[in-house]
Amino acid sequence: MKLELRGITKMFGSFTANDHIDLVVEPGQIHALLGENGAGKSTLMNVLYGLYEPTEGEIVVDGEAQKFNGPGDAMRAGIGMVHQHFMLVPVLSVAENVMLGDEYTRSAGMLDQKKARDVVSRLSKDYHLEVNPDVLVEDLPVGIQQRVEILKALARHAKVLILDEPTAVLTPQETDHLMDVMRSLKADGTSIVFISHKLREVRAIADTITVIRRGKVVGQAEPTASPAELAAMMVGRPVQLKVDKEPADAGEVVLGIDGLSVTAPTGQVLVDDVSLDVRGGEIYAIAGVQGNGQSELTEAIVGLIEPSAGRITLEGADVTDETTDKILGRGVGYVPEDRMHDGLVGGFSIAENLVLDTYDEAPFGNAISLNLSAISRNASERIDEFDVRTQSAESAASTLSGGNQQKVVLAREMSRPLRLLVVSQPTRGVDVGSQEFVHKRIVEERDRGTAVLLVSTELDEVIALADRVGVMYGGKIIGELPPTATAEEFGLLMAGQISDTKESA
Amino acid sequence: MSPELNNDSTDVVDSSVATVEVAPGKVVEQHVVELKQTTARRVGTGAAIILVGLITALVLGMSAGSQSASFDLNGSDPGITVPKFSLPGVGLIVACGIVIILLGVAQIVRGFSKSTLRWVGIATGLLFLVAFLTWAGTEGKQAVQIGSLLQQTLFLATPLILGSMAGLMCEKTGVINVAIEGQMLFGAFAGALFGTIAGSYFGLIAAVVVGCLAGSLLAVFAIKFTVNQVILGVVINAFALGLTGYLYDAMMANDATSTNQPDVFSPIKIPVLGDIPVVGSLLFNQTIITYLMYLIVIVIDVMLLRSRWGLRTRAVGEHPKAADTVGINVLRLRYRNVIIGGGIAGLAGAALTIGSVGQFNKNMTSGQGFIALAALIFGRWTPRGALGAALFFGFASALQTALSLLATPVKIDSNLLQMLPYLATIFAVAGLVGRVRAPAADGEPYVKGD
Ligand SMILES: Nc1ncnc2c1ncn2[C@@H]1O[C@H](COP(=O)(O)OP(=O)(O)OP(=O)(O)O)[C@@H](O)[C@H]1O
Ligand SMILES: [Mg+2]
Repeated sequence: MKLELRGITKMFGSFTANDHIDLVVEPGQIHALLGENGAGKSTLMNVLYGLYEPTEGEIVVDGEAQKFNGPGDAMRAGIGMVHQHFMLVPVLSVAENVMLGDEYTRSAGMLDQKKARDVVSRLSKDYHLEVNPDVLVEDLPVGIQQRVEILKALARHAKVLILDEPTAVLTPQETDHLMDVMRSLKADGTSIVFISHKLREVRAIADTITVIRRGKVVGQAEPTASPAELAAMMVGRPVQLKVDKEPADAGEVVLGIDGLSVTAPTGQVLVDDVSLDVRGGEIYAIAGVQGNGQSELTEAIVGLIEPSAGRITLEGADVTDETTDKILGRGVGYVPEDRMHDGLVGGFSIAENLVLDTYDEAPFGNAISLNLSAISRNASERIDEFDVRTQSAESAASTLSGGNQQKVVLAREMSRPLRLLVVSQPTRGVDVGSQEFVHKRIVEERDRGTAVLLVSTELDEVIALADRVGVMYGGKIIGELPPTATAEEFGLLMAGQISDTKESA
Repeated sequence: MSPELNNDSTDVVDSSVATVEVAPGKVVEQHVVELKQTTARRVGTGAAIILVGLITALVLGMSAGSQSASFDLNGSDPGITVPKFSLPGVGLIVACGIVIILLGVAQIVRGFSKSTLRWVGIATGLLFLVAFLTWAGTEGKQAVQIGSLLQQTLFLATPLILGSMAGLMCEKTGVINVAIEGQMLFGAFAGALFGTIAGSYFGLIAAVVVGCLAGSLLAVFAIKFTVNQVILGVVINAFALGLTGYLYDAMMANDATSTNQPDVFSPIKIPVLGDIPVVGSLLFNQTIITYLMYLIVIVIDVMLLRSRWGLRTRAVGEHPKAADTVGINVLRLRYRNVIIGGGIAGLAGAALTIGSVGQFNKNMTSGQGFIALAALIFGRWTPRGALGAALFFGFASALQTALSLLATPVKIDSNLLQMLPYLATIFAVAGLVGRVRAPAADGEPYVKGD
């Protein structure tokens, strides 16, 4: 199926998110979309999927102009989409999610669960998207949830599959697996529109690349183009993809963790006897595959969950039982992994989100009132500094693009004097230009003498930023490596395999 | 510091390709410690059960009269009767208490799994009930009228069950319905008025239609104008109270014979089933409204889990945006369900007039809509749970009447009795039911492109 977008314009109020975009997706082609955060990629895809009505322009399928009144029409035309934020119903089973909206029924509108299960099993097998059709989606890890999303599109015979930043939440292995799935889909004649901020992935899989900047197409590129070329095209200036940093000048221990364990209410041990020290002026990175206790470790440090054993100290003071508010008041910055959930209040304005934890302190306010002009001055400074793409500081945080939401959280946490910065996945979903900036800021923070605890599943990021690396697996730090270690060494540890030499030691 | 990282080339993205060499598809798992409740919760629940057992054995056992208790399973109009029977008094009460205590001890020692604990809770309740009814009969003057107690339970529970189904229809699709009370009141009024003018069956239809209209009112303001649904519900209740009150004064108060004297439905006995002793007269010799209630509960229960409508309803109540992205018309489904819910609430109202006393009175629902809502929550937003909870509330009210007719060994204040079901609800929800979870999008209006 050949898909053409002709002169698509989408306005939100007076703001133009897409500006006369033309795009042609040939049958069986993997077409990558590159662009900065807020460039308008997701918006364009939502238009294509019938979720937004375009202000102008038309969508043409196999030479015929289409009018989509909703996603139902788009699906009937053969377009499937995996959203940046998944669109699955947590309390329904995999099979139910797959058939939802296009149910298999017997007489009288009764569901044919068996057929749904069979369809899932068959597609699972054909495309190596293994998943148990009967489990509830809420019980699945994100990587598997994504398979369900893809199955959903395949079950509706999608001829064009839109993948909006599918790899942002995946582990490296899952990403490799997804690439294989994409190749086999392509071999079957399915076209794919692929959005990612990871140039390596785009170059590895795309047949052609379209670059969007500020709502406009700025050009086409071949996958053979160098990352530097692509980055420059996206951002409009040369980007330094490397992190410049001096060797660490580590000082006193700022964060001390001793024998820390966290147990889930179900009794599952999530963090298992972790001990580590982070000194001022160094970046300690925790590498590892997602879901090995990293989030619980950081949440325990900032007092969001209660450890079942162990001690946490901040510059010598025991903070194990302190409240989050107190801990943050000691000069701790915290960038959570799930920013939309834990880092932002979607309905609040950006300006308000930028002072979420300091609104009761000078200069933003006191115990009874807020200083609105200081808040808005702060907002415009932070928005400039962190290059948050928004219509205004008063827009609701929920209208920001994925990457820009992340920047707001970073801007808030990194713009006050810190002793410790705990940052999870700082560049997830952030474009290369902003990655450069975020990395620079983290290194600057370190050079100012702040202790930095970085949690990242991106090995590239860990290697580029860290002074010391601990690999977390099954709730334990199963080994420490210098950042100069090879990817293979990291890979083995991340998979829980302690090398022989270490084991005998 | 690796020299490689300070390299000036900007091409690092490629040179540091960091593919992790792990067998594909290998799932990294965390080790799972055996699933157990926390000790505090286990012991706490056990202690609560033991306390109930102690109350049963000591308080009831000591204060019981010396006679054995006799029971009568026959309701009114029983058809085939079964003989009365009696049970030893104190001995039985103490035995019930001891079994409950043993259950509590077992809970403290081993800790029942969550699903077993539910049954343990139900068993505890039933044993307590048996002991309590025996206790009530130990004065020995009259037989404890179990049959009519159950009959009364079903009779009182019918409007509650229908009301909770009305709530369920709305809340499963994500619209909070606090207006059940008002919708019932409209239904009760319409049933009485049109039942008098054109006959009871016509009154029944009118009640449902008026209920649907009240439902549309809720739907339009909640879905289209995205008004806060709780406030909206309160307003609709006040509106219903005012309007029916006004119409009552204007029409019915002066001219009851031609506007407020509908024929009450008489029971219809179902052949064969109605002849089963005890159960037959209890369940299958009922009015059309009760039969409709059976039908509605069964249909909703089956459809919600097994039909396309049910799947879509659950999806829309949990994650409307996800439903929208697969082409489901979220708003249309919400409209439909809320309006049908209103119709069911109207039927619940009719049960109070043409299914019961045969006339409309001002504010005659007197909070039953809210009790229906409580039953829905107590029943965890499931048809079966709501049915059980509504029956439980109905039973509590029926018990109150039954006890006031009996000479119990110790006189129980009726206000105290009225409190009992709600007290029990709080304990049951806190201790046995566990976390109650509403549909995730309950009360949240859906606006496209948000
Ligand atoms: N519902 C909305 N109302 C107002 N503005 C919006 C809305 N949705 C998106 N925008 C704006 O449109 C622009 C494009 O957003 P979009 O989500 O398409 O970016 P993106 O290219 O997908 O970015 P990212 O890589 O960060 O996901 C952003 O500036 C965003 O703030
Ligand atoms: Mg996006």
